[in-house]
Amino acid sequence: MKILVCCGSGLGSSFMIEMNIKNVLKSLGINGVTVEHSDLSSAKGIKADVYVGTRDIAVRLEGLGGEVVSLNNMIDKKELEDKLVEVLKKLNYIK
Amino acid sequence: MLDFIVDILSEPSVLVGLVALIGLILQRKSITDCITGTVKTIMGFLVLSGGAALVQGALGHFGNMFEYGFGMTGIVPNNEAIVSVALNDLGRETALIMALGMVVNILIARFTKMKYIFLTGHHSLYMACMLAAILFAGGIKGTAAIVIGALLLGFIMAAMPAMIQPFMKKLTGSDDVAFGHFGTFGYVVSALVGKVVGKNSKSTEEINFPQGLTFLRDTSVAISLTMLVLFLVVAIAAGPEYVAEISGGQNFLVFSLIQAITFAGGVYVILAGVRLILAEIVPAFRGIAMKLVPNAKPALDCPVVFPYAPNAVLIGFLSSFVGGIVGLFILLALGAPAILPGVVPHFFCGATAGVFGNTTGGRRGAIIGAFVHGLLITFLPALLMPVLGNLGFAGSTFSDADFGVFGILIGKILTLFQ
Repeated sequence: MKILVCCGSGLGSSFMIEMNIKNVLKSLGINGVTVEHSDLSSAKGIKADVYVGTRDIAVRLEGLGGEVVSLNNMIDKKELEDKLVEVLKKLNYIK
Repeated sequence: MLDFIVDILSEPSVLVGLVALIGLILQRKSITDCITGTVKTIMGFLVLSGGAALVQGALGHFGNMFEYGFGMTGIVPNNEAIVSVALNDLGRETALIMALGMVVNILIARFTKMKYIFLTGHHSLYMACMLAAILFAGGIKGTAAIVIGALLLGFIMAAMPAMIQPFMKKLTGSDDVAFGHFGTFGYVVSALVGKVVGKNSKSTEEINFPQGLTFLRDTSVAISLTMLVLFLVVAIAAGPEYVAEISGGQNFLVFSLIQAITFAGGVYVILAGVRLILAEIVPAFRGIAMKLVPNAKPALDCPVVFPYAPNAVLIGFLSSFVGGIVGLFILLALGAPAILPGVVPHFFCGATAGVFGNTTGGRRGAIIGAFVHGLLITFLPALLMPVLGNLGFAGSTFSDADFGVFGILIGKILTLFQ
């Protein structure tokens, strides 16, 4: 299972969200998930099961071949957790 | 043996690797994590240097063509480009200023009321680099430069989020999140302008605004397209004959296309290097800071504010860009070096200025605030260049507002002592 977080330059925001996702997965006890971050251009060449971005760029993640998680608020840990659990359930990774 | 140690410690790539290693050890990571993390960090620095060569080649051609065509100097403000050039000579100082600057940031957050931990790692790196360059140009070198640079960097890392926090509170409705991006002076100016002009102006979010420009959020595309426009303009101004001379006979339009995308490719490589450098250092910094500083507030990169006002993001970009073009003509009229408007600084910083302008002054605040911001990030780089020493001739310069403000301020203070 691989999650790719994207933002415009792939430096700041995506990196923060990546760290938050890792924390959420850890606190939920979910293992075996690789989380990485990149810029939008590179995202096309990186295969992932789930692509995560804030809602202002999430449209650019459609059609990359994975589920897309669009975040309304990149600092809301509750939203992040809910949406992650939802998508991981959808992919049958967790029950 | 001593020679070996001195040699290896004066290699900046190894130094940043060591910083990462210390961070990994402090977090008690496994030996394999420590080894892979350190190797990747060192590689990041070397990848960055590789991108520098690409960027400098394209910038060199651009500068020559601009000079021949217009009879003056044309500058492309781009943080990645100027940092990659500066790191050739100031890599060691930059690495140490950044590492110690983060320590100073933690100390300030721990012992003062400024509880902000600046997590936008690439901006810490760029600011460390700019400080090293300014101090060097002002005659301060070696250990003194590293100590002074680190103190300044740590202070700036804590003070900029503190300065914009009142507006951040207004925007997010909470005091938990802070904002960390070195364009802060520009955003505060925009918010203040918004306050003055924006009485009774409705929010940008109450209008329907086309979202078609989102493709410019993709940095590589944005840089390629702007550089293509700029290259075409200078190629036409310089004339096909001149361009054929430097292109080795290649058609001047083809040459412009290839050079523009080469520049963007260079920035792409530099960003890949920066990403590798930060991959271990930032989580370690965050982990250690959060442990040592009770009630620490993480200060995050500028897109953190974008979802609060997506329309203001686009309006701010356009308005700031127009400000950049108006500013360019003012500089030309004054006979100053031409600071060309870049889509990337205007998109990220202009967009952010738009969001803060909207917070205090609705759509009028977003438009006028971001416009003033656009003027600001055109004039500041022009004033910054003379205090950057040799780097002032690199054909590029720092783009975002705080680099200009602190660079000019510190540079001017240093000239008083010379």
